[in-house]
Amino acid sequence: MQDESGVLTGAHFIDGDHACSEGAIAAGCRFVAGYPITPSTEVVERIAERFPFVGGVFIQMEDEIASSIAIQGAVWAGKKAMTVTSGPGFSLMMEHIGYAAMTETPCVFVNVQRAGPSTGLPTMPAQGDMMQARWGSHGDYGIIALCPNSPQECFDFTIKAFNLAEQFRVPVMLMMDECVGHMIERVVIPPPNEIKVFKRRYYRGKKKDFLPFKPEKDLVPPMIKAGDGYRFHVTGLTHDEKGYPSMTVGTQAKLVTRLSDKLKVNEDKIIEYREDGVESAELIVITYGITSRTAIPAIEQARKEGMKIGHLRLITAWPFPAKRIHELASKVKAFVVPELNLGQMVYEVERHAGSGVKVEPVSHAGGTVHDPKEIYTAIHRLMKG
Amino acid sequence: MADDVLYTVEAGVPQNPIEDLLRMDRIPHIWCPGCGIGSTVNCFIRGLQASGLDLDKVAVVSGIGCTGRVAGYLKLDSFHTTHGRAIPFATGLKLANPELKVVVYSGDGDLIAIGGNHFIHAARRNMDMTVILINNMIYGMTGGQVAPTTPISATASTMPHGNYEPAFNLPHLAESCGAVYVARWTTFHVRHIIKSVKEALLKKGFSFIEIFASCPTLYSRRNKLGDGLDQMIYFQENSEIKNGADTKSVGVDFQGKIIVGKFVDIERPVYHEAMYGHLKEKYGEEYMPSDEIKEFISGQNGD
Amino acid sequence: MAKMEIKIGGFGGQGVILSGYIIGRAASIYDNKYATMIQAFGPEARGSSTSAQLIVSDEPVAYPYITAPNLMVLMSQEAYTKFSGELVSGGTLITDEELVTPHNLRNDIKHYSIPAARFAEELGKRMVSNIVMMGFTTAITKIIGEKAMGEAVKVSVPKGTEKLNHLAFVKGLEYGRKLVE
Repeated sequence: MQDESGVLTGAHFIDGDHACSEGAIAAGCRFVAGYPITPSTEVVERIAERFPFVGGVFIQMEDEIASSIAIQGAVWAGKKAMTVTSGPGFSLMMEHIGYAAMTETPCVFVNVQRAGPSTGLPTMPAQGDMMQARWGSHGDYGIIALCPNSPQECFDFTIKAFNLAEQFRVPVMLMMDECVGHMIERVVIPPPNEIKVFKRRYYRGKKKDFLPFKPEKDLVPPMIKAGDGYRFHVTGLTHDEKGYPSMTVGTQAKLVTRLSDKLKVNEDKIIEYREDGVESAELIVITYGITSRTAIPAIEQARKEGMKIGHLRLITAWPFPAKRIHELASKVKAFVVPELNLGQMVYEVERHAGSGVKVEPVSHAGGTVHDPKEIYTAIHRLMKG
Repeated sequence: MADDVLYTVEAGVPQNPIEDLLRMDRIPHIWCPGCGIGSTVNCFIRGLQASGLDLDKVAVVSGIGCTGRVAGYLKLDSFHTTHGRAIPFATGLKLANPELKVVVYSGDGDLIAIGGNHFIHAARRNMDMTVILINNMIYGMTGGQVAPTTPISATASTMPHGNYEPAFNLPHLAESCGAVYVARWTTFHVRHIIKSVKEALLKKGFSFIEIFASCPTLYSRRNKLGDGLDQMIYFQENSEIKNGADTKSVGVDFQGKIIVGKFVDIERPVYHEAMYGHLKEKYGEEYMPSDEIKEFISGQNGD
Repeated sequence: MAKMEIKIGGFGGQGVILSGYIIGRAASIYDNKYATMIQAFGPEARGSSTSAQLIVSDEPVAYPYITAPNLMVLMSQEAYTKFSGELVSGGTLITDEELVTPHNLRNDIKHYSIPAARFAEELGKRMVSNIVMMGFTTAITKIIGEKAMGEAVKVSVPKGTEKLNHLAFVKGLEYGRKLVE
């Protein structure tokens, strides 16, 4: 009942941050902990405003470290939960992204990216945290990261983020940026019965001798929660299927391999990208987030001049569509990868493209978005040069 | 003193009366011979049993360190979190389901150094949880480094020339920040600990118990104070029970006098009740608390 | 109209952002168009120069920032000095007649002005001058239907001020209509 009550069905003219809040509410998120940081603050402000009327609890914690672990406490008490931040706060949350990965706590981290490093440009966009999202916590683990390019997608992908988190019991990152977060556009919120929400998969079997971290066929164990009489244990230490610490080489290999493999074997259900004109293309522009919009005028200009240009837009930056890139690499002469950073996802493209194809970054230090001319120039040079 | 008998062991029963609450499949534990943490766990379980709480609704949260391992040995819903962050994890657990009795059980370094910020804010908010802090005045797990509770002049591996940093007076810190229940004991005071645990568990709001415990391996030996038994003798000979003592006056010097007792027991609005009360008053029927908060609060009010 | 790049300028507290928001909302919610509004964020204090920029188009908007504004609504002298040079040749400039003295007015643009602040004061509240401006802009540019704009004004202003704002909108609209007829 309370899951549906909060959905603001209708057409709205709102920014990406607020659309993200509405997406969380529509996804059934009822616990948010956060700490103010530009340009993400509007997300928690709206949550704080809305939650008392939809059965949610919001708390502004003393810092981002606290926020990123408070949500995990709430998850283990049965809530869907998220935290929201930007660069400096995201850096502080890294240890708890690892904790969520290790304890298989389904939760959502929203990062409205601003230009860094350090305090950088608090009110201006960048895409500089893409590698941090993937590799920021120590050790080996897998995460999912989604890249919206509009307020509508901030709504849609927040729901998707919760669904993926529940389905695979991993932390999911919504990698927004300042431009998308503060951009105001039309956002259509469907009626609750048309919104696909993945309900938490709870264990329903016998309590005796139950192994809380024993995976099912898809390598994902079902969830349990505190207060239901399981008397279970959760630890960030290397643990066996019972959840008990087991500091052996064997347990480490088994657990950490599964944490990574559960995303690999389910890759086809997770990876998402959009393609436009790639089949006949001689050159493909690979984009994500706001860059998928700023590249369009450049691609259109080049096409107008007769160049065969494709556009592949990552919806999931992580897991990365390695197979697809490898496949396309044999068909084109170059990939152009514009990013609001000095080259991050481009490494991933290079790694999977192999040596037969040219991979050209169009780097930008952040602070604003690309001038499409910069992207056009790279396309033109590779096509005509 | 019949009042002091909080439990009895029936003759002929082979099982230890606290075994039901221990994960016996994880015993033996990792603590050193003479370490005081195990005694506190024994006292905690007995206090918990005496409280009459529904054990399926008790969750224990620990951070990292020797005391951080407590959660792993207790047969309750238990969470071994990250270093210093047991309190914010417990905050999420409690606010998501106030029906849970949430206990944070961790060490001095974990709760007060790396976790100090969370400690003061949870006390300020009067978050409904019981914090049991085992103070062995040193970092044990990592090999005897100086802690914010190490007394001046004591030696630690990162204070090899003797400590010149002042130590926290934790009851005073807790009270200043707003804790509604503050008690301090040593591992010598087993019956007092049991009683305090029971009281703290039944107290609404942020309750805090500091327990001085020996660390023979890394504190006593390095400081030439003998073994666990010698430290216990020190606790016995140098403790003075002063219930209601002004917490300002209970700081502890190296091998000095330890004032113990129940210092604070007051009433203050609890976080989730204050939230509920405020929003209910402001918005009436429009306010929609979570099902868990609504049920818990209406259950308490008996309606 | 295929694509309009719009910049609204004034000082903080004049309702500059709300004006942009109303145009965008009218276009995208009530007029079957696409609108993308970018909020310029900075540590500026209240009372200092502020601006809103948005794109209104019949097609989805890809690149979200304005690069060649063809409509400017400027409500302060500072905004005029700072922004009017960016207007494309042939573009439309709308100013508050009493708050902006158009020094060195460009001759390659269309310029319209209205004493919006004074009209607002006459209606009882200087605060609604931006809505007078919106009515005027609607009549002059016809970028968005009058009905759509009227609707967006109604749902975007603070509760309880709808009537006053409606009067302000109509005032600007009628003044504009007379001017272009």
